[in-house]
Amino acid sequence: MNLHEYQSKFRFAEFGVPIPRGKVAHSPQEAYEIAKELGTPVVVKAQVLIGGRGKAGGVKLAKTPEEAQRHADNILGMDIRGHRVLKVLIDPASDIKTEIYLGVTNDRAARQPLIMASAEGGMDIEEVNRVSPEKIIREHIDPFLGLRDYQIRNLAYGIELPRELWKQFMKIARSLYTCYVESDATLVEINPLIIDGDRNLLAVDGKMSIDNNALYRHPDLAELRDTSAEPTAETQARAAGLSYVKLDGEIGCMVNGAGLAMTTMDITKLFGGSPANFLDIGGGAKADKVAAALRIILADPNVKAVLFNIFGGITRCDEVALGIIEALDEVKSDLPMVVRLVGTNEEEGRRIIDEANISNMQSAATLAEAAQKAVKAAQSA
Amino acid sequence: MAILADKNTKLLIQGITGREGMFHTEQMIEYGTNVVGGVTPGKGGEWVLGKPVFDTVKAAKESTGANASIIYVPAAFATDALFEAIDAEIELIVCIAEGLPIADMMKVRARLDHSDSRLVGPNCPGLLTPGQAKVGIMPGHIAAPGNIGVVSRSGTLTYEVVYALTQRGMGQTTCVGIGGDPINGTNFIDALAMFEDDPDTEKVVMIGEIGGTDEEKAAQFIATHMSKPVVSFIAGRTAPPGKTMGHAGAIVEGGSGTAADKIAALNDAGVKVADHPEQIPDML
Repeated sequence: MNLHEYQSKFRFAEFGVPIPRGKVAHSPQEAYEIAKELGTPVVVKAQVLIGGRGKAGGVKLAKTPEEAQRHADNILGMDIRGHRVLKVLIDPASDIKTEIYLGVTNDRAARQPLIMASAEGGMDIEEVNRVSPEKIIREHIDPFLGLRDYQIRNLAYGIELPRELWKQFMKIARSLYTCYVESDATLVEINPLIIDGDRNLLAVDGKMSIDNNALYRHPDLAELRDTSAEPTAETQARAAGLSYVKLDGEIGCMVNGAGLAMTTMDITKLFGGSPANFLDIGGGAKADKVAAALRIILADPNVKAVLFNIFGGITRCDEVALGIIEALDEVKSDLPMVVRLVGTNEEEGRRIIDEANISNMQSAATLAEAAQKAVKAAQSA
Repeated sequence: MAILADKNTKLLIQGITGREGMFHTEQMIEYGTNVVGGVTPGKGGEWVLGKPVFDTVKAAKESTGANASIIYVPAAFATDALFEAIDAEIELIVCIAEGLPIADMMKVRARLDHSDSRLVGPNCPGLLTPGQAKVGIMPGHIAAPGNIGVVSRSGTLTYEVVYALTQRGMGQTTCVGIGGDPINGTNFIDALAMFEDDPDTEKVVMIGEIGGTDEEKAAQFIATHMSKPVVSFIAGRTAPPGKTMGHAGAIVEGGSGTAADKIAALNDAGVKVADHPEQIPDML
């Protein structure tokens, strides 16, 4: 789960990272009042969960409260790469002398947290990494030892940070790492961390991602999720415990397991069709979950055929069959449907489907047969 | 012969009294797996499905001589169950539970690296040595004894491939689901090395998916260390970039981790890659 800039920075501040004392505005009027209160100049920054907002005109400097109001008026409601701007952050403008990068993430290859710093902050860190990777100083962190002070000194030395700033830098790095650990983050990033005219370090922009699997132990962070940027169906799916991604095709897919769901999408394409979605009902799905999944698929107006591909392991085919019947009782649909049930309790599952005697439903034995039938059904629909 | 588990495996079930634990324990026993007991804190002294239940893994190991354990407890308790199994020096630990926080898995990894335990999973279907032992949730009837080793990051996609092989009369030595999480116990290279060393395994099937670079590393390993032929399939060719596809690991990060990159790396290593899973038997 990704957090907005303001959410990330406010969270960093709770752990002791210095940030500009900005506030969030939801309207141009509010932006005016905040700018007046903070004193100008201020920066008006679009809050969207996607990069490239600067280039899209989503970040503007304002010299007066009236100008802040005008910028907020332009930026609020703006569409930035498919994300609508509903909030702006009003930050006091900083006197930027130097821009540093500082971030902590999970290095899945090394299976350890990794802290990185670079003297070349402010620009795309991935570009720095590509062109001159030696300019990013890296320290792997033993999860049991935590971040040690000598490691922070290695970073400070590596980026040639003036020694009089080391004390501030150490405090910020320690705070950021603590924030990463305490939040079960997969990424905490300050870019840029600036040196201002008074020789103070300040986190001017921040990003944070939280491990979805750990949200159960951070109810306060779970509440920060911004669902305004995602399609309603994806929000509904999450509430039902399903994993759903909308795509542009016309064959609705309901599958158990992410790998098999992707394979079902791939094979649909291989036989000339196009998948309408990725949908993984997960392991051990019960009838009610299957019903919720089917409602989400059928709500997509592009769907012309539905393909059920269930290979039972922890999921039982009879439970899925009951879910399909239950959902069709409630959400009537005459779309062609292809059902393939294999694995745990498959005979029972097939019997339930057969006995329901649904005219627009056909069964398939193999994955290829199921995909071909679904593609054919969608084409003739 | 087989890898990881066979008829001599003495298996403990952590979470034996839970709904899923009990359902799958019954199936494992029916399959002929040597289940020696289970662990559920607070239920020691009870019996489930004719097997003794213990309060701790340590007590269970002392009483039963178990050398393997399988974890069916919910994610919130799975980390502790993993540390408990490692601490009790269980040789083979299989973690079916999904949804473990990455921070927890980094600690489990660090502890595993200083132990003699081997972990398969988490978020995996476990393993199946046809005719000998089922340590996990793979449906037993879809597999048959034979000489093909199967290793996969996916769950149900593994069944799909195993089923396709069995239908064509191609049995398996062992089928291993290593799980789709970004940080796991056994990886492709570990499993490929075991199959290479197993005298009964003649050919290997490797099932990968988008995200990470494990398939690319495996391709390198196959090119330099394996004499046995490997056929592969990679799921996620049509996955849009930048979207999480349900698995924490299956994230396309920039230009790396895509199906195209993985297929290219495997082809370069001389590995044939199938267009869909049911083609695999013909390619072996």
